[in-house]
Amino acid sequence: MTALTLKNVNKSFGTVEVLKDINIEVDEGEFVVFVGPSGCGKSTLLRVIAGLEDVTSGEVRIDGEIMNLTPPSKRGIAMVFQSYALYPHLNVRKNMSLALKQEGQSKKVIEERVAKASKMLNLEPYLDRYPSELSGGQRQRVAIGRAIVREPKLFLFDEPLSNLDAALRMNTRLEIANLHQQLDASMIYVTHDQTEAMTLADKIVVLRDGRVEQVGNPMELYNNPANQFVAGFLGSPSMNFFPADLIGDNAELTTGIRPEDLYLADEGPISARVTHVEHLGGDTNVVAMMQDHQITARLFGQHEVAAGQPVRFGYNPDRTYSFDQKGARVA
Amino acid sequence: MNKARSNPLNTVAMHCVLILYTLIALFPVFVIIINSFKSRRAIFREPLALPDAESFSMIGYQTVMKQGDFFLYFQNSLIVTVVSLAFILLFGAMAAFALSEYRFKGNTLMGLYLALGIMIPIRIGTVAILELMVATGLVNTLWALILVYTAQGLPLAVFILSEFMRQVSDDLKNAGRVDGLSEYTIFFRLVLPLVRPAMATVAVFNMIPIWNDLWFPLILAPAEETKTLTLGSQVFIGQFVTDWNAVLSALSMAILPVLVLYVIFSRQLIRGITSGAVK
Repeated sequence: MTALTLKNVNKSFGTVEVLKDINIEVDEGEFVVFVGPSGCGKSTLLRVIAGLEDVTSGEVRIDGEIMNLTPPSKRGIAMVFQSYALYPHLNVRKNMSLALKQEGQSKKVIEERVAKASKMLNLEPYLDRYPSELSGGQRQRVAIGRAIVREPKLFLFDEPLSNLDAALRMNTRLEIANLHQQLDASMIYVTHDQTEAMTLADKIVVLRDGRVEQVGNPMELYNNPANQFVAGFLGSPSMNFFPADLIGDNAELTTGIRPEDLYLADEGPISARVTHVEHLGGDTNVVAMMQDHQITARLFGQHEVAAGQPVRFGYNPDRTYSFDQKGARVA
Repeated sequence: MNKARSNPLNTVAMHCVLILYTLIALFPVFVIIINSFKSRRAIFREPLALPDAESFSMIGYQTVMKQGDFFLYFQNSLIVTVVSLAFILLFGAMAAFALSEYRFKGNTLMGLYLALGIMIPIRIGTVAILELMVATGLVNTLWALILVYTAQGLPLAVFILSEFMRQVSDDLKNAGRVDGLSEYTIFFRLVLPLVRPAMATVAVFNMIPIWNDLWFPLILAPAEETKTLTLGSQVFIGQFVTDWNAVLSALSMAILPVLVLYVIFSRQLIRGITSGAVK
């Protein structure tokens, strides 16, 4: 059973086309991440699914039913917003129960569900507080709780972690992953952070300029990107690109090598001059100029490399990628 | 305030300027109030002197109470001001919400059209308004004033409020929609409380001109039973003789309700004016 089907979805604001012919299927229980740079249309796509924007053409099916004209509250979805969007005049308990009240659920059901959700998210001590009295992480948990109590068929997350600091972001990421296992619900998650995409997703949808660039599971996309954009977008530090003739290949092509596939070798084929070194403890990132192309090597462990020093890198020819001038993958 | 930047000399200079301005602004009010407690002769002999045992007189207040139905005027003014304000705020906020929230054809044009009223003084249309009121039989009713003041206040209200409503987080409104709240509930329960400072600003800016207006009450509702306070005070100003005691007493009493309303709104007002400047 598919939880969500998008068929030839187009969306334009006036003459600006924001989404172009989007086709996506989300299976039941699947965790799908929409990822792409800012302005690629991923948030608009989520708002189309939620019903906050109408499609210009195409079909949105949730749980098999066409939902093009159904208002958001009747679509069986729940949404978590980037800015939490808690109701400032209601306390945590009322924030969570408002939607259920609107649905006309009985008091008993509301109480049970709020109790269950607040237990799951460790929100029990805060039920009578107002949003202004909570920290950022707590507010985000309330926002998630507000989605959980509705027991929706489909969860929508709109960059839920981007307002949190780094440590909290990691914890909340784990919580969301746990939640997905416990609830066994379909989730769609929008982010521009490729780490979140890689760690959370069953399936990643990479978007650029309103088009789907590639769909697949994280490792598939990482190991087998369809084009230069996907190759460069996933992975951190991102893939190195340089003209192929620098390593003695066809000058028309662009070669891509992941930073972790480069290693220091005295007789290596790539010679470069170090411009910057990042010592991370576990890893060392070496940024170097190869003629006038910047390349980054991610070396495991600690290395004594200094800026200004010449280095030679080796690589495994099996782990290089070739792209043509339009960015499509050749080999 | 940042301690490092507050130099005591600057603070003193700043306060001197502010105090000076306050004195200048309050001076006419002060003169009105002290003279309202003086006898007619004392007003002219020494207009700036405080009332003393010799010059003290309540004659002005007695005249005001005796002549004309002062409390009725007072009540009329209050009804007109409060009802007009309520309409301006309600309709202004609703129009502002529609302009800032919904995309529809001619949205910008409609916004500009509504803002046009800021630039054109409503008094230019007095003759037409009077004809309209005569035709609809609204002359000499409080409704005539309420409708005109509402029309007069709406452009600025829409202009200010739509700017503030654009700042209300989209996510919050969308969260309401996903939760099944109606557009009206979103407007009244989520958006209005968040633009309360702006509403107070609009209320104060509109309240004072309405309360003080003489033009429209004189033209549209000069009947005894619909006179407003400002118009009612005019009976003491004659072509040849003016009862200054009564005029000054009436004005002193007219200041009071505005003062009370202002105190109610002022805390919100300051937040409204400064919001956006500092986060």
